[in-house]
Amino acid sequence: MSFGSVIIPGEFTPPGPGDFNLPAIGGGHDTFEFLGQAQVSGVTKPMLQLVVSALVIFALFYLASRKRAMVPGKLQFVGEEAYGFVRNSLGRDIIGSHDFARFVPYLFALFSFILLNNLFATIPFIQFPTFSRSGMVYSLALMSWVIYNVVGIKKHGFVGYFKLQSVPAGVGGPILLLLIPLEFMSNILVRPVTLALRLFANMFAGHLLLILFALGGEYLITEMAIQYAPVGVLAWVLFIAVAFLEILIQFLQAYVFVLLNAMYIQGALADEH
Amino acid sequence: MQTLILPGVVRAAEEGGHELNPLLPHPIELILSLVVFGLLFLLIRKFVAPKFEEIYTERTKAIEGGLAAAETKQAEADAKLAELEQQLADARHEAARIREEAREQGAQIVAEMREQAQTEAARIVEHGKAQIEAERQQAVTSLRSEVGTLATTLAGRIVGESLEDDERQGRVVERFLADLEAGTPGVN
Repeated sequence: MSFGSVIIPGEFTPPGPGDFNLPAIGGGHDTFEFLGQAQVSGVTKPMLQLVVSALVIFALFYLASRKRAMVPGKLQFVGEEAYGFVRNSLGRDIIGSHDFARFVPYLFALFSFILLNNLFATIPFIQFPTFSRSGMVYSLALMSWVIYNVVGIKKHGFVGYFKLQSVPAGVGGPILLLLIPLEFMSNILVRPVTLALRLFANMFAGHLLLILFALGGEYLITEMAIQYAPVGVLAWVLFIAVAFLEILIQFLQAYVFVLLNAMYIQGALADEH
Repeated sequence: MQTLILPGVVRAAEEGGHELNPLLPHPIELILSLVVFGLLFLLIRKFVAPKFEEIYTERTKAIEGGLAAAETKQAEADAKLAELEQQLADARHEAARIREEAREQGAQIVAEMREQAQTEAARIVEHGKAQIEAERQQAVTSLRSEVGTLATTLAGRIVGESLEDDERQGRVVERFLADLEAGTPGVN
């Protein structure tokens, strides 16, 4: 990082938010104003990725589940493992065997959708995390928020649900004056925000880091004096290492997003203790 | 960091005219993400999840059914084995009993036969003895009369005296026989 301060400002342009603002496919340069910021109009790469991911996921699992063989082939085995992983470790173990079945399609779709879109950041020639675009994440977080709240209200009624989420069990007296607003904030208001920011920021930062290592290494090798070249090579080696770390983070973020979804649903369904 | 970011900001300011805030969403992306995920969810709920669930159910059923069938088979086999072992034991018992019976019967038969044979032998010996005695008696009788006649005739001739007199003759014979029986040597 300190190399940047050595060079004359202006020569090396480090990556920034602008690198995530991809132009429209086909080269249109029109923009429109939204919330005080100019946005590209037209179909961009992350939009295309989003649609492709849905098509790929559906095609893959449709083919994997179509045969329903008692002894599975390779594809069916992979599909069953993925489905079984979400169904058992995220659905049944968290939500509980009584209620989980109706949420499994949602959790499974969500997990595979986020995972593949995260992995797009690593897959060669695509190499862009769809969810580094905040808008894509906001709607998923909002949807999660609506789902667990609606599920809870349906089960406990409006008042019962908010009582369940805001009044901690086993606490009485004036301390409740402090606890009820805190619980309400953490269980109802903050959850969608943290859900969205966690996924978005991880994808954004990871990709930014990779761009930095790639461009910085390139700059050190091609633009600067020869004695800086080994450092550039080191930057590229680190790029590869960080890229592997990113694969782990991409999986973890998909897992955590769905895990939290399942836990919120479980919390909303929980009987009053 | 400051030196790193500043040029980027400068560039962005130069190119886009103002600073980019990545937290501000693109409205199309907001809607697109929701719509695409919604469609994916519906497709998965309709076409994928039920199939996988069916596979699980079928497999569970097949495994449980197989286990139950295997247990039934095992129980049947166990019962059959026990039955066969029982039959085998019965058969062994029966065989031992029959053998024992046969041995007893054999011994009995041998004993009976031996007794019969002994009786028969005794009877034969008795019979033989009686016959011999009878024959001897007969021989003694006939010999006695013949010897008497012969001796009288012989003595008559030798003595020249008529031994026609029955009384005398009788006395002579009696004496002669008595001598004979007393084992007087020289007469033979």
